[in-house]
Amino acid sequence: MDSFFTALDNFFLIGLPYLALTVFLVGSIWRYRSTKFKYSSLSSQFLEGKQLFWGSVPFHMGMLVVFLGHLSALLIPRGVLLWNSHPLRLIALEVTGFIFGLAILIGLGNLIYRRLTNPRIKVVTNNMDWIILSLLTLQVITGLWVAYNFRWGSSWFASVLTPYVYSIFKLQPDISAVSALPWVIKLHIVGAYTVVVLIPFSRLVHFLVVPINYIWRPYQQVMWNWDRKSVRSTSTAWSIKRPKNN
Amino acid sequence: MDIRSQISMVFHLDKCIGCHTCSIACKNIWTDRKGAEYMWWNNVETKPGTGYPTKWEDQSIYKGGWEKSNGTISLRGAGKKKGLLNIFHNPNLPVIDDYYEPFTYKYLDLIESPAMDDQPTARPVSLITGKPIDIKMGPNWDDDLSGTPDYARKDPNLANLSPAEQEAMFQLERMAFYYLPRICNHCLNPACVASCPSGAIYKRGEDGVVLINQKVCRAWRMCVTACPYKKSYYNWHTGKSEKCILCYPRLESGHAPACMHSCVGRIRYLGVMLYDADQIEKMASADEKDLVDAQLSMILDPFDPEVIKAAKANGIADSTIKAAQYSPTYKFVKKWGLALPLHPEFRTLPMLFYVPPMLPVMATLGQKRKGQTEKMDPMAKSWNDDWLYDTTTEDLFGTIDEARFPLQYMANLFSAGDTEKVKKVMKKQMAVRVHRRDVTVGDLSKDKVSSILKGAGIDAEMANDIYNLTSLAKFDERFVIPAAHREQAIELMDFTGDTKGSTGFGFKETPGRGI
Ligand code: SF4
Ligand code: SF4
Repeated sequence: MDSFFTALDNFFLIGLPYLALTVFLVGSIWRYRSTKFKYSSLSSQFLEGKQLFWGSVPFHMGMLVVFLGHLSALLIPRGVLLWNSHPLRLIALEVTGFIFGLAILIGLGNLIYRRLTNPRIKVVTNNMDWIILSLLTLQVITGLWVAYNFRWGSSWFASVLTPYVYSIFKLQPDISAVSALPWVIKLHIVGAYTVVVLIPFSRLVHFLVVPINYIWRPYQQVMWNWDRKSVRSTSTAWSIKRPKNN
Repeated sequence: MDIRSQISMVFHLDKCIGCHTCSIACKNIWTDRKGAEYMWWNNVETKPGTGYPTKWEDQSIYKGGWEKSNGTISLRGAGKKKGLLNIFHNPNLPVIDDYYEPFTYKYLDLIESPAMDDQPTARPVSLITGKPIDIKMGPNWDDDLSGTPDYARKDPNLANLSPAEQEAMFQLERMAFYYLPRICNHCLNPACVASCPSGAIYKRGEDGVVLINQKVCRAWRMCVTACPYKKSYYNWHTGKSEKCILCYPRLESGHAPACMHSCVGRIRYLGVMLYDADQIEKMASADEKDLVDAQLSMILDPFDPEVIKAAKANGIADSTIKAAQYSPTYKFVKKWGLALPLHPEFRTLPMLFYVPPMLPVMATLGQKRKGQTEKMDPMAKSWNDDWLYDTTTEDLFGTIDEARFPLQYMANLFSAGDTEKVKKVMKKQMAVRVHRRDVTVGDLSKDKVSSILKGAGIDAEMANDIYNLTSLAKFDERFVIPAAHREQAIELMDFTGDTKGSTGFGFKETPGRGI
């Protein structure tokens, strides 16, 4: 029996992350290069705008904060631990995280309700949307559960999970500490890997193309096929150059 | 001076008969697809009226275009800050009901229906959900219905008309309206381009056509908000925005765009204009009353040797410069000053210009005064008991101010509210008519004719030119499309070396949501 569980742990905590990363990387590159016409956030606001507000905004805002929270525990674990050294700050961090987690849950609830009830939105809902919505709901429920029952997550994340994730990236996976964690936490980790797998194949791709370069690009864009300053000059060499607009 | 060439358009509103042939030509070629059924890249509105989408001109609702504050312009409802902050939910995005829910009819029911006492009917079904619907709206729902209070009185352009002027219109609205055909203006300062967070929208340098790259659009849907003319549409099926492409594949092969080619009233003109791109920002930020003049001042004389030299240095082909010299739009807009941009106050510098309608051709309407009727020409008609419908040519010139549509109304549409500009155009058009009446009927005194021409600032020769291009022009005069440079045009799509020997260009991916 023990060996069975060890095998399970090995698969979900070592095999799956590598699988997920590979699929994510290869899939994203393939997707970006070959199916660009279908690469979109697939917004449905045009068909229904009012209910969407109460779904999309809490969901995305919560997501943003919670994602950044996880990311900072991964990237600057020492900073997080240092911050948490004062109990008040620890509680403030945890409460903030929990509130935004709840926001995600509320947002997801509204999004799901909207997809189930609005006849127009039903038309633009596909199976992948349901898979993603269910998966994210599972993630946020287990996440909230973990945050509530296994305090204080921000501290033990930085000391237990961060080293584990690093070990994965260092190609020397060490699951000794993680495999001892309760099953809910493991479920949350496995759910996260599954989301990573699905990113390239769902509307989640929009998260990879967040348009930050809009901030510094000039407002107007004009495109010439040829360098217009040299197109009429006989001394210009003919260049093998792909057009920029396609 | 940074000279660029722009394909520009002129629509002569007096000639539009409201037949919607243009819209159908466009629909058949480009938007008869799932998710695009509701899009009318070309639509024709009845004015006064609310248009499509409903009340699109009212930017307090739709937040489109640019606004000026402290001397600089910024997008009203989009832009870097507003656009990115509202990316999860765009509060200014119109929804499908602002346009209309696309529908078809279950025609088969007419045939398959069992024998009954009543005639079978074909029920309308939604093209989104497939369910039966009650049709509430259509792209030209108020077609010819200008008289109804639901539409005419809700026209956003009535805002600053005096109660008396409005009342005069409503007396008249039962018999007077005109059509306003609209396509994308392929603006010089396009709000759609500026609002696109992913940078999918761009203006083609070679001819100024504004296009949305379907492979880069990510459905952030800001262009829909930003375009004050609501000419960028969101395809709910593919999750990409689409807009009028000015039939660029047709242009590149020397054909007029489908809407123009098929126009029954021959109201449409298309040609090249050369302009100075360095001035765009400055002119778009001009004071509201100077906007029209500012925009016209950017358009350069294609015969000026300096301009030609600078154009060549910027890679503009000789054939394009020649097309600019023969351009009918240059004549209407610059040489004759007969055409004005639609809603210049949106500050996108639209390159589709309109010749405002005279309407009615030779009649004025006024409250009947005692003793007046006796003095009238026998042609004059009474309308109701209180109104006088005067079709005499006698005082034509003086009657522009009393035209059926208050000048202010026209000015709200075509010159940011400046009645003088519209009046000038009207005077010229009236002078052309008087001149032609003189030529063909000859019942006016020579003095009067020449004083009217002079008052309008044109001479007999110009009047004849205007008349010729307005009324007699053949296809090749109405559409002066520069030599296609097909060899270069193909390279806009693909590197020819790679694709020689293959069958065609472009990409092929079935449209649909996600993979
Ligand atoms: S009319 Fe609208 S869509 Fe067309 S170029 Fe101007 S801003 Fe863009
Ligand atoms: S085809 Fe021409 S005349 Fe007919 S509605 Fe369109 S613009 Fe007007």
